[in-house]
Amino acid sequence: MSGEIAILNGTVFDPANRIFGERMDIFVKDGKIVSSVSSKAQRIDASGRVVMPGGVDIHSHIAGSKVNSGRLLRPEDHRKDVEAKTSTTHSGVGYSIPSTYTTGYRYAKMGYTTVFEPATPPLKTRHTHEELDSTPIIDKGCFPLFGNNWFVMEYLRDGKVEDCATYVAWMLKALKGYAIKIVDPGGVEVWGWGKFLRHLDEKVTYFDVTPREIVRGLCKVNRLLNLPHPIHVHTNNLGNPGNYTTTIETMDSVRDMAGGGKPIIHITHVQFTGFSGSSWLNLGSGAPEIAEYVNRHGHVSVDLGQIIFGDTTTMTADGPFQYFLHMLTDNKWVNMDVEAETGSGIVPFQYKRSNYVNAIQWGIGLELALLIEDPWRVFMTTDHPNGGPFTSYPRVIAWLMSRKARERTLSKINRTARRRLTLPSIEREYTLEEIATITRAAPARSLGLKDKGHLGLGADADIAIYDINPSNMDVLTGKPSKLRRAFGQAYYTIKNGEVVVRDGKILKTPFGRTFYVESQTKPEMESNLLRSIEAKFRDYYTVGLENYQINESYLRNPAKIICEAEI
Amino acid sequence: MGFGESTFKDVVCTVCGCCCDHLEVTVKENTIVKVKNACAMSTSKLLNYMNERLMKPMIRRRGRLSGCSYSDAIDAAAKILSKSRSPLLYGWSLTSCEAVEVGVELAEEVGGFIDNTTSTCHGPTILGVHEIGESSSTLGEVRHRADLIIYWGCNPVHAHPLHMSRYTLLSKGRFRKSRSERTLIVVDVRRTDTAKMADIFIQVEPNKDYELISALRAAVRGDEIEQDEDGGVPTDLIEEVAEKLISCEFGALFFGLGLTMSPGKSENVDAALSLVRDLNSKTKFVITPMRGHFNVNGANNVMTWTTGYPYAIDFTRGFPYYNPGETSAVDLLARGECDSALIVASDPVSNFPYRATCNLTSMPLITIDPHITPTVLCSDVAIPSALVGIETSGTVYRMDGVPLVTRKLVEPPRNMKSDTEILKDILRRYRNLKRSGR
Repeated sequence: MSGEIAILNGTVFDPANRIFGERMDIFVKDGKIVSSVSSKAQRIDASGRVVMPGGVDIHSHIAGSKVNSGRLLRPEDHRKDVEAKTSTTHSGVGYSIPSTYTTGYRYAKMGYTTVFEPATPPLKTRHTHEELDSTPIIDKGCFPLFGNNWFVMEYLRDGKVEDCATYVAWMLKALKGYAIKIVDPGGVEVWGWGKFLRHLDEKVTYFDVTPREIVRGLCKVNRLLNLPHPIHVHTNNLGNPGNYTTTIETMDSVRDMAGGGKPIIHITHVQFTGFSGSSWLNLGSGAPEIAEYVNRHGHVSVDLGQIIFGDTTTMTADGPFQYFLHMLTDNKWVNMDVEAETGSGIVPFQYKRSNYVNAIQWGIGLELALLIEDPWRVFMTTDHPNGGPFTSYPRVIAWLMSRKARERTLSKINRTARRRLTLPSIEREYTLEEIATITRAAPARSLGLKDKGHLGLGADADIAIYDINPSNMDVLTGKPSKLRRAFGQAYYTIKNGEVVVRDGKILKTPFGRTFYVESQTKPEMESNLLRSIEAKFRDYYTVGLENYQINESYLRNPAKIICEAEI
Repeated sequence: MGFGESTFKDVVCTVCGCCCDHLEVTVKENTIVKVKNACAMSTSKLLNYMNERLMKPMIRRRGRLSGCSYSDAIDAAAKILSKSRSPLLYGWSLTSCEAVEVGVELAEEVGGFIDNTTSTCHGPTILGVHEIGESSSTLGEVRHRADLIIYWGCNPVHAHPLHMSRYTLLSKGRFRKSRSERTLIVVDVRRTDTAKMADIFIQVEPNKDYELISALRAAVRGDEIEQDEDGGVPTDLIEEVAEKLISCEFGALFFGLGLTMSPGKSENVDAALSLVRDLNSKTKFVITPMRGHFNVNGANNVMTWTTGYPYAIDFTRGFPYYNPGETSAVDLLARGECDSALIVASDPVSNFPYRATCNLTSMPLITIDPHITPTVLCSDVAIPSALVGIETSGTVYRMDGVPLVTRKLVEPPRNMKSDTEILKDILRRYRNLKRSGR
């Protein structure tokens, strides 16, 4: 963390500070960006290269019980992709569900320095932290699941939004969680009985509350607690033809609460909920409609969940969807329902270019990215590993930046799908500053991480240098493979002021921090809450309240973000 | 509360895979004097954990184990590892996840094999999961929702004594309040004490589990069964049970070594997992293996997130390789493919087949264990350790994957370290030896 670095003559893309490809020097001292360094500083010549803040991944399943079940389920996935031990790195395995060490190394090699695990079952969050603690280099955090939580559903049914907020604040603190995650609100509880819930206004069996009420309630809670990130929503109906209407309805369900000039709802991996049509035969892209809604409404942000053709492992807290996928493919299937909280499922999957549905899905993701005008409200993800492994990000960047790259893939996909997609007619090509926005600046802002995603004075010295010559952009977009290589292997990655990667090789493996949020409610609110849930806790759970909570000392490098609640 | 007496509540038990966390333990003058809410096994462990303790490090000199200093024992252990080409690191299910994590690092560093006791109990279960997957849930889901419970080839009344009262048949859940709202089916080769509590007891012929499950699968699918009986069970009964499985609202199947360790092994589990998967097209059904040791699941989990594989991992190639049957402890030992062994919190000398044990005891052997066991007595280096969940804290995983932190209740005997500390010391010493070229 100590030590000084001078990055000289690089072409800097720092959209948060309105720096769009200026040639300038960046100085680093004690893990922060500073205005000058002494002559002893390590000098890095970045001339003819691109300098960006370290990448920030807002949604990637890298740690926790379902990720590990996925690893256990698929020895065949690991066997084809191994990493041998070196003098600086541990051995490990890939491919779609890499082991923890390998996950950290591979992110760092791509110039990514912060990653959030977006779905942790509260009861098993200790497991998530164990794995995050075992993941080197990157900073991280996790989003506990609230959309099917019994306490939450009961508070909202009874109209007790403030009690619900107090409960959520306590949970985030007790679990060392970062944001409110909602997956298939109400639907996973109903799946506890093997049943499905389809509509935003359908009542959750035995709980007398609807998905709409859950989303709206938690959106209010989020505002009462002043949490840094908006509610992070995986909508109902994921994976069903025609589900784009559910997506828009979900976005619209909180429109009246908009305010404060920033999004209040984040719809995640929106590709998976961007299907139009009424069956698999007439499935189409709902991307134009969703993009239009997002363009007109500032209260929404989305991330892509782009699919990559090839083999991967799907895993979500959406138990019913995973069962549906198992029935569809007949592939092996893991289900894990978690008492009083949530569920999860895992199914290996192969996206095929020749498959009509998969080809449409591929198109939906890219259409969304290209049709949504404001890059500050659309973030690049593959919903790793659901759409494809995070190591495919360079491929997605190439598709976004190069029409030629898209056309090449378009020429190989299912012909009917190609005819029905809007994608072939879209000319837009992302610029480097837009790529810097959707892969670092925008997700960092959405997460409320003030010192991440930019290179202003005082920011965390998380920096990526890519071997891309910005004066030759036309050449690059004409040669997508070069783009892919450059974004796949950072020339330098600097994490917290230390050079961790040079020329795509790991030099050092420090451990990053784990961010969590403490929203401070009035002290009597919390003590009243604890009194009231104590009695119910042993009824709802098979563990005691004491054993449920995670001490800060349990985390390797905890980093608490404090916010003031309005209650 | 008397002078110097304190009571710990919500203590996590460290006996079986139930990891009950509602124990009350009273400690007076660094001695456990009272245990509440625990089963007989747990009470006995907590009150008698000081019996047969290994109290000091030992090294074998001229054929006899004799006491030595801690640093001499660490040094001897590191030297054994540094001189061998493919050491086996085995055990891991009766210690904490923190210790397992260091164990994996050590195995990688020495380029050896690491295996946990899974390979001799629920290894076939994991092989089945590789093939089929697993429809499962946490135990609380069963408590809240299950109206049908099956125990197959296991005897929780004796092996997991509080399983029924805390999680299944006798527990009180949100949607099922009492015993009368649940049906219990027990399948076993003999009328066990668990079977005596069953609404339906199915006595399967020994080694015929696969046939019986297959017949049940056929019946669940609605296929006609032509035989009069399968696995010694009349077809009428099979069809009656299949009907019960289909018509329940939420079924839960728990299985034990009766399924995993009888002929067929992983195929039996494969069939059971398939049965439960099939049932999910008709109703809700989950399946959970009755894991034995309190942290065998944790050992699987740690090994999986660090290497991708849950047990039987081979680091001799420089990266993790996995092939149970080839890289699992018993097989390696039987074939004589390792040239030293480090045993942590396990007693293979008492449990392993004869040939494996012979080879194990004829190679340099290091054991880390709180107690004097046959394996300790056969060792060249024996290092005593503090008991997880009594003398030191640590993370453990319940059979359904719920992680819990066990607590330190009393001080360990003087100078006694935890498995984690001991392993870290060996790793450090090993690296020093390698660096200095010795």
